[in-house]
Amino acid sequence: MKEQETLAEHLRRQGISRRSFLKFCVATASLLGLPPGMAPLMAETLGKVRRPSVIWLSFQECTGCTESLTRSHSPTLESLLFDFISLDYHHTLQAASGEAAERAREEAMKANYGKYLVLVDGSVPLGEGGAYSTIAGRTNLEMLEETAKGAAALIAIGTCSSYGGLPYAHPNPTGAVPVSAIVKDKPVVNVPGCPPIPLAITGVVAHYLMFGALPELDEKGRPLSIYGETIHDRCYRRPFYDQGKFAKTFDDRGARAGWCLYELGCKGPTTHNACATTKWNGGTSFPIESGHGCLGCSEPDFWDAGSFYQALSTPLSSLDKAAGVAAGAGVAAGAAIAVHNRAAKRAAKAGHQAVTVNDLEK
Amino acid sequence: MSDMELLLWARGPGLQGAVAVFVAGMALRLIEIYSLGRKRDLSPARPGNGGAGWATIITRSIPHKELLRTTYLTYILGYTFHIGLFVTLLLFAPHIQLFRGVLGFGWPSLPSPVVDAVALVSIAALFGMLAYRLYHPVKRFLTTFGDHAAWLLTMLPLLTGYLAFHHLLLPYTLMLAVHILSVELLLVFMPFTKLVHVATIFISRWYNGDMLGHKGARL
Ligand code: SF4
Repeated sequence: MKEQETLAEHLRRQGISRRSFLKFCVATASLLGLPPGMAPLMAETLGKVRRPSVIWLSFQECTGCTESLTRSHSPTLESLLFDFISLDYHHTLQAASGEAAERAREEAMKANYGKYLVLVDGSVPLGEGGAYSTIAGRTNLEMLEETAKGAAALIAIGTCSSYGGLPYAHPNPTGAVPVSAIVKDKPVVNVPGCPPIPLAITGVVAHYLMFGALPELDEKGRPLSIYGETIHDRCYRRPFYDQGKFAKTFDDRGARAGWCLYELGCKGPTTHNACATTKWNGGTSFPIESGHGCLGCSEPDFWDAGSFYQALSTPLSSLDKAAGVAAGAGVAAGAAIAVHNRAAKRAAKAGHQAVTVNDLEK
Repeated sequence: MSDMELLLWARGPGLQGAVAVFVAGMALRLIEIYSLGRKRDLSPARPGNGGAGWATIITRSIPHKELLRTTYLTYILGYTFHIGLFVTLLLFAPHIQLFRGVLGFGWPSLPSPVVDAVALVSIAALFGMLAYRLYHPVKRFLTTFGDHAAWLLTMLPLLTGYLAFHHLLLPYTLMLAVHILSVELLLVFMPFTKLVHVATIFISRWYNGDMLGHKGARL
């Protein structure tokens, strides 16, 4: 790729028409909550953007986030935009390896100090001095701290880098933490999801390229425009939820009729994401549309929120043991009180003094 | 602590703790009450009153004609609230899922809009009861802090459940957590307040009926 190429030139070279680019901008603008009239302006501004320097750090992750972006539906504009921006350093995608790869990162940092974007997928292990995950002999923590120093902003891609994700799940054996627990002095935006919607990843990057700033965030550090509503708010099965029509198994009459999946463990009511509107695989569908409840993957602690097939209203752990022990303790305490009360009664009886007529006449 | 962490705590350790206190408290109170006992009534029982205790459980549960005329508001609001509460608690689909999870079995639910309407009526009745309690001089005189506490402990789960279902006031995740926590609060205090009547009401009705029957009262 030529260094000074603009995005428009890059896309043209890849055989993408202006019309498809405009369509991509319309989708991105709507996801970011920008007025539809912004799309042509967005296309124009983005088209003129020259290749920004982006360093993508992969820590304790499964590469699913990268897969989401690059393999979803080939070749998507999302993946092309991604190609355009991201090749300074990325384990999975870069050709270089070993020292050459690390050198590429260091050079990119030096050349664009203070201006480059850092995208991170995966959580950072702090346990055992960070030994659980190292790259080129260095811990993830060291690499993140060093790379973040010269960054303009950081984007945490996926639930692991946003909230700790799977490695963070109880009992968190590696002492994993999210990016925001380490980087405090730079803007960090979380794009959670396991994986995140590809358009959400590129949408945040596009927003940054266009406005030179990160989008407005919610209290969990997510772009409000993408994660502002719950799946349940926008779910097409919602009328069935409201009517109390629930599928009881994955193949019953209710399931075939497309009833609500709440009883089958759907976490849509507590999950903030755009799946129900943006959808997956080029707008084909989203999990609930395919007949499976939402897993809640864009929320913190989703691995610890009980079984994926357990309704939201049910207890996370068995109550039997607690109730059994409590019943025993209650019976023992009740018996002790009973003994005490009886003793008090007996004492009162023993201390009882008979009153005679003579006493009254005194 | 994020709203999700709060919800997970409420569904996990919070619920376990609350159920433990509830079970221990109820066992303790029931044993204490039962063990207190009464002196044996040595008089022979009057004839024709066998099963007076059981009969009283039913007769005392039906409004008394004369009392219904004079204190109809207490009856109407009380019955409306109690029936509404039980319908909401026992026939709302997500609640049945909870019982299925805990007890291992469930039962059919009512359509959510019906439960929704019933819950709203219960909330209104509960507010009506509070207003009546504050308005009526005798009731006001008899009211203690415990009565207001019991009212609040009962109102919170109903109100937060209603708000959660309709996605009102707070984000759903947080409201659901608050709803579950309010139920846990109710469970914790139930054995130690007037709300213990959940477990004792029919015992005391049976006892009163049996005692009166023994003496030959017309029931
Ligand atoms: S399927 Fe899930 S998200 Fe959709 S209405 Fe039911 S509970 Fe809500």
